[in-house]
Amino acid sequence: MSTTKPKVARASTRSATAGTPTKQSPPSGISVTEAQELAFYRQMVLVRRFEERAARAYTEAKVGGYCHLNLGEEATVAGLTAALEAGDYLYTNYREHGYALARGIAPGRLMAELYGRQDGVSRGWGGSMHMFDVEARFMGGYGIVGGQVPLATGTALAIDYRGGAEAVVCLMGDGTTNIGAFHESLNIAALWNLPIVYVVNNNGLGMGTTVEQSSAEPELYKRAASYRMASARVDGNDPAAVYEAMRVALASARNGKPYLLETMTGRMKGHSVVDPARYRSREEAEALKAADPIAAYAVRLHEHGVLTDDLIAQVDAEAMSTVADAVAFADASPHPDVSTLFDYTYATPVPNDSRRLPGEALYPAAPRPVLSEVSA
Amino acid sequence: MSVISYRQALHDALREEMLRDEDVFLIGEEIGLFEGSYKITAGMLEEFGPRRVRDTPIAEEGFTGAAIGAAMVGLRPVVEIMTINFSLLALDQIVNHAAKIYGMFGGQARVPMVIRTPGGGGQQLGATHSQNIELYYAFVPGMKVVAPSTPADAKALMLAAIRDDDPVLVLENLALYNTTGEVPDNVQPAEIGRAKIARPGTDITVVSYSRMATVAVQAAERLAAEGIDVEVIDLMSLRPLDRDTIIESVKKTSCAVILEDDWLTYGIGAEIAATISDGAFDWLDAPVRRVAMAEVPMPYAKSLELAALPSLDDAVNAIRETLDAVARRR
Repeated sequence: MSTTKPKVARASTRSATAGTPTKQSPPSGISVTEAQELAFYRQMVLVRRFEERAARAYTEAKVGGYCHLNLGEEATVAGLTAALEAGDYLYTNYREHGYALARGIAPGRLMAELYGRQDGVSRGWGGSMHMFDVEARFMGGYGIVGGQVPLATGTALAIDYRGGAEAVVCLMGDGTTNIGAFHESLNIAALWNLPIVYVVNNNGLGMGTTVEQSSAEPELYKRAASYRMASARVDGNDPAAVYEAMRVALASARNGKPYLLETMTGRMKGHSVVDPARYRSREEAEALKAADPIAAYAVRLHEHGVLTDDLIAQVDAEAMSTVADAVAFADASPHPDVSTLFDYTYATPVPNDSRRLPGEALYPAAPRPVLSEVSA
Repeated sequence: MSVISYRQALHDALREEMLRDEDVFLIGEEIGLFEGSYKITAGMLEEFGPRRVRDTPIAEEGFTGAAIGAAMVGLRPVVEIMTINFSLLALDQIVNHAAKIYGMFGGQARVPMVIRTPGGGGQQLGATHSQNIELYYAFVPGMKVVAPSTPADAKALMLAAIRDDDPVLVLENLALYNTTGEVPDNVQPAEIGRAKIARPGTDITVVSYSRMATVAVQAAERLAAEGIDVEVIDLMSLRPLDRDTIIESVKKTSCAVILEDDWLTYGIGAEIAATISDGAFDWLDAPVRRVAMAEVPMPYAKSLELAALPSLDDAVNAIRETLDAVARRR
């Protein structure tokens, strides 16, 4: 082994100058085409109807476990996903159904996953919190708060390692910005100039705790300053604003300058389907309802002549029909066969891996050897 | 065949795999410029450059998670965690992510990652730097945990770990790095999940792994002079666990001693003892005996540290006492 000291120390194949100033205002000059506006609206309505149907299925006990919905987050879902290229990777958290839908995964496969069926997007192994689709480069919902943040950073490292042109988008909630892995990952991404955009969806609440109660710097995008990382805060109820902000962020990331984008939204319901959100005042709940991003966007597009009453009804009917088909698909999909229980422990087969069911003995009760056969 | 150190064997395995496969890269604290806390990666930065030998900030959760995320899209990272004690800072990423991702997403993403990390006490490093907590990882389905005790096994298991498509924790040991042994010129990857008979014998089965497997062989050699024929099983793989090799041996010898460097209560040895009870209860002529670390946070003072760690004498005495119990029974 050599003991001479190497001369090289920097790692990244990208170049980026340190000290990128932090951007503190949303991008100006938002302009998207009418077709794009209509596409946003359709996407938002589909997410809304899918999530409402998921909630119903949950109360019907068709869906188990936890079930966190994107209700109120539809504009961010639509704007964020529209800005992605096909080759980009998207990591999310456990509130991910809408992002998976908008990434183009068949609604039936998503509903089947909620139903815990064989044709589910994760073959019934993940459930609501762990949807994954390798084809769509939808790299997972994650049930542990912030678990996806180091992983996403590593996928950006792999892109950098291979000199690829793709980028990674890593979505998280406001509460995630207080965990250690968030800070470790932003530091690493900035240090190594990785092609990644961290998106903090700030809906004001981590379960029942407000951002102000949990974060000493409640303007979360400012946390990027610790890593000399560019960042911005944007109105997450405006899909066009999110889209434009994401395009800026992604361009930066592809240029070796990771970015932190904070999208300001509201969570219309409780933390999960079963949470009645009693920690909220009636006024708060009313205000959220009044700020419903879909209703507001419909009014705006109606005023601009992009939407008509007929079109609104048509978009809604289409979404309802898509969701009904998804439910039918999920209902028809078989429950995973018990014989597949040990199929996904290891990717590389290995001798002596356990395939024991709970009630089975490790070894059958052995006959006592005849004493005369035991050599003394 | 050449005689090299455990350290050199690990180094050679890493270097050969780096040369063989462009997707293999090293990541960890102080592995490049500093050449590794225990110098396993000496010379690697100079040979392979900073892209493939990546020094990280002190951020075990961050860089271990990053390695997992890189592995999920096909790279083959080898993570160095300076000692197994520091792996606790990455526990969420290892247990909740590396070990879960293949199953949790229905087999869609693999995690071909290696975590290399040494355990071991005896260096007067005190309570936080002397632990043997491999059990935490060996407990988790989805993980593979291997624990070589010789230079040849270290190389063969490291080659296997790097080529495996699952997360593999390779348990190294501080006290083994300078030990030497014969290593064949063309080592092939070992089969993960298999124990080996380190020394065949007929009188008593001694089950062990990592540093204590070398102690087991020394104990067997000492007792051979007295005409006691000890069979030593080196587990090599803690998950999966090769139970059949243990059971076969105990059915032959009718007694067993387990040597382990971790704490006794709930330790690896407890699982071995339970396995023997399950598979060879009727063949036993004496209770299964365990030699394990004293259940204290490891003290700094040498006298106390020596008292807490299992020794060769402890092993020899436990084997003798077990054989005495067998003799009384028969």
